[in-house]
Amino acid sequence: MTTVTAPPPGKRRRREIGRAPQDTRGNWSTYLALTAVLALSAFPLYWMFVIATSTDEAVSQTPPSVVPGNQLLTNLREVFTMQDVYFTASLINSFIVASVVTVSTLFFCSLAGFAFAKLRFKGRDPLMFVVILTLTVPNQLGVVALYILMGKLGWNGTLLAVIAPFLVSAFGVFYMRQFILNSVPDELVESARMDGALTLRIYWSIVVPAIRPALAVLGLLTFVATWNEFQWPLITLNGTEFPTSMVALSDLASGNYVIYRRVLAGAFMATIPLLVLLVLGGRQIVRGIMEGAVKS
Amino acid sequence: MSLTHKAPPVVPQDSEPHPPATPPKHKLWFYRFDTKRTPYVFISPFFILFAIFGLFPIVFNGIVALRTWRLDDPDRNGWAGFDNFERLLHDEDFWNALGNTFGIFILSTVPQLLIALMVANLLNRKLRGTTWWRVGVLLPYVTPIAASTLVFAVFFSRDNGMANWLLSLVGFTDLGDPLDWRAYKWSSWIAIATMVNWKWIGYNALLYLSAMQAIPKDVYEAAAVDGAGPWRQLWRITVPMIRPVVIFTVVLSTIGGLQLFNEPMLFEANPAAATGGSNGQWQTIAQLIYKVGWKDLNLGYAAAMSWALFLIILIVAALNAFITNRLGGGRR
Repeated sequence: MTTVTAPPPGKRRRREIGRAPQDTRGNWSTYLALTAVLALSAFPLYWMFVIATSTDEAVSQTPPSVVPGNQLLTNLREVFTMQDVYFTASLINSFIVASVVTVSTLFFCSLAGFAFAKLRFKGRDPLMFVVILTLTVPNQLGVVALYILMGKLGWNGTLLAVIAPFLVSAFGVFYMRQFILNSVPDELVESARMDGALTLRIYWSIVVPAIRPALAVLGLLTFVATWNEFQWPLITLNGTEFPTSMVALSDLASGNYVIYRRVLAGAFMATIPLLVLLVLGGRQIVRGIMEGAVKS
Repeated sequence: MSLTHKAPPVVPQDSEPHPPATPPKHKLWFYRFDTKRTPYVFISPFFILFAIFGLFPIVFNGIVALRTWRLDDPDRNGWAGFDNFERLLHDEDFWNALGNTFGIFILSTVPQLLIALMVANLLNRKLRGTTWWRVGVLLPYVTPIAASTLVFAVFFSRDNGMANWLLSLVGFTDLGDPLDWRAYKWSSWIAIATMVNWKWIGYNALLYLSAMQAIPKDVYEAAAVDGAGPWRQLWRITVPMIRPVVIFTVVLSTIGGLQLFNEPMLFEANPAAATGGSNGQWQTIAQLIYKVGWKDLNLGYAAAMSWALFLIILIVAALNAFITNRLGGGRR
C-alpha cells in the first residue's frame, strides 16, 4: 500500500488532504470496490434462485450453471407437497409469530420507553440500568431451563412457546426511550397533563404520533429477527405439525438423499418476504442499525 | 436526528396552560394515582416477561445443572452435586467442541471486522445513491441464516460444488479428486467461517459507518499538517476515533460467535443429527449442548455445559475488549 501513502505532488492532491472522508467524492475505484462488495453480497441469493429454478441435471453439471432455469413451479410444488415438512403451514406460522411479536414489542417497548423517558417515578434510573444489563445476557444460557418451563406450561410444540418469550425486548425499550427523549417535548407532556389528560391518553395522542418513524424502524428489525429465529423454534417445535419456516427448512434439508433444487426452492420461498421488506423499508432498517450504533 | 421537531398537532394549544379548577375529591385522588402508579404499570410488562422467560430460566438452569435430569427417564432424578461439571472436565467431546468453536470464531471474527472496516471506509464518501449502497450491503443481514447456510452447504459440496470448481480454475484442486470440505477440520472451519463472514460484514460496516460520520471534520484538517494520505488517515485517525464502536462490535461478535449454532447445524448433510461432521470436525459448543440435551436427552448435563459456555463467553468478551482497547492505542 505504499503507493497510496506516498504523497504525490499536485494541486488536486493537496486539496484532498485534510478533507474529511465523508466530504471526499468517491472516485471510480470506490464505485468499483463497492460494486464488488454488492455482487458478493447478492451472489448467494442469486445462486439460490438459479438452483431453485433448475433441474437435477442442471444442478450437477460442471461448470455449474449460473442462469436460472424454468422449473421453479415444479420445484415449489414438490416442496409444498412434501410429507412431514408442513411447508405451507410453516409459512403461515412464521407470519403469525413474527406479526404478533412485532405488534406486541412495539406496544410494550414504546409504553416502557415513554415511562423511562418522560415520566418521573421512584427508582427510574436503577430500573433502566437493569434493562440495559439484561441486554448482555447470552440467550444460550437459559435454553435448557426455558424448555423445562415450557413443558410445565404445556406450551412446547405450540406457537405460544416461540411467541411468549419475545413479546418485549430490552433493546426495544432502550431504543424507544432514546427516541422519545429527543422527539417528544417535555412542555407538550406537561401542558397536556395540565389540561387533565391521563397518562395513557398522553401516550396515545402525543407520544405515538411523534414516534412513528421509530416504530417503523423497530418493527422492521423485530420482524426480520423473529422470522429468522432458528435455534429455539427448532428445540421446541421440531417434529410437530406446527413448525416455523426455518424449522421446516431444516426438515427439508434432512434425510439420506437431499435434493438441492428442492431445498433451495424452499429457502427461496422463506426468503422472499424479507426481501420484500428490505425493498420497502430498507431505508428504515439502515437507519435503525446506524442509530443503534451511535447510542450504544 | 433530523426529524425531531415535528410537533404532533393533537393537543389543542389554544387554551393557555391554566391551573385546573379544583376538581371533586375522588377525581383528585384518581389523578394522583395516575401520576404515581401509571409509570410502573407501563414498565411492568417488560419486567414481568423478563422475570418469567429471562431471569427464571437462568436461575433455574443453575439448579438443573446440579441435578440428574433426563428426558428419557424422568423418574431418575435427584441432586447430582457437581457431577455434571466434573464430567465436563473429562469429556473429550466438550474439549473438541471448545476447540472448534474457537477456531471458527477466530476465522470468522477477524476477517469480518477488518473487511467491515474497509467497506465502511468505502461507504464513508460522497456517493451517488448513498441509501442504495447501504441497503445493498444489508442483503446478507436480512437473509434468513437457515436459507443462506443451505446455499453455502450446496456451494461447498464435494461433487459438483461451486467452491471446488472455482478452486480448480486457479489450479488449487483437481475436479477428478475434489476436496471434501466436510471431511477435515480446517476445510469445514473455513466453509463455516465464510458463511458467518458473509452474513455479518455489511451489518458491522454500517455500525462503523455511523461512528465514522460522527467524527468531527476538523480532526482531519488538523491531521493534514503531517500529510496523511487516505490509508494512513484511516488507520491513524478514523479507527482510533471510532474505538468505542470497534470494542462494541468485538464484544458483540464474541458473544455471537461463541454461541454459533445455525451454520454448523445446517452445514451437516443430515442436520437432525447435530454431530458436526462424522467425527465432530466442526461441532460447536452450542451444537453439542443441543445434542446432549435433545438427542441424548440429558438436560442436566446440557445445563452444566450452558454454564460453562456462559463463563467462557464472559471471560473471552472481557479479554477481547481489553485487547482491542490496547491495540487501538488506548493506554489511558
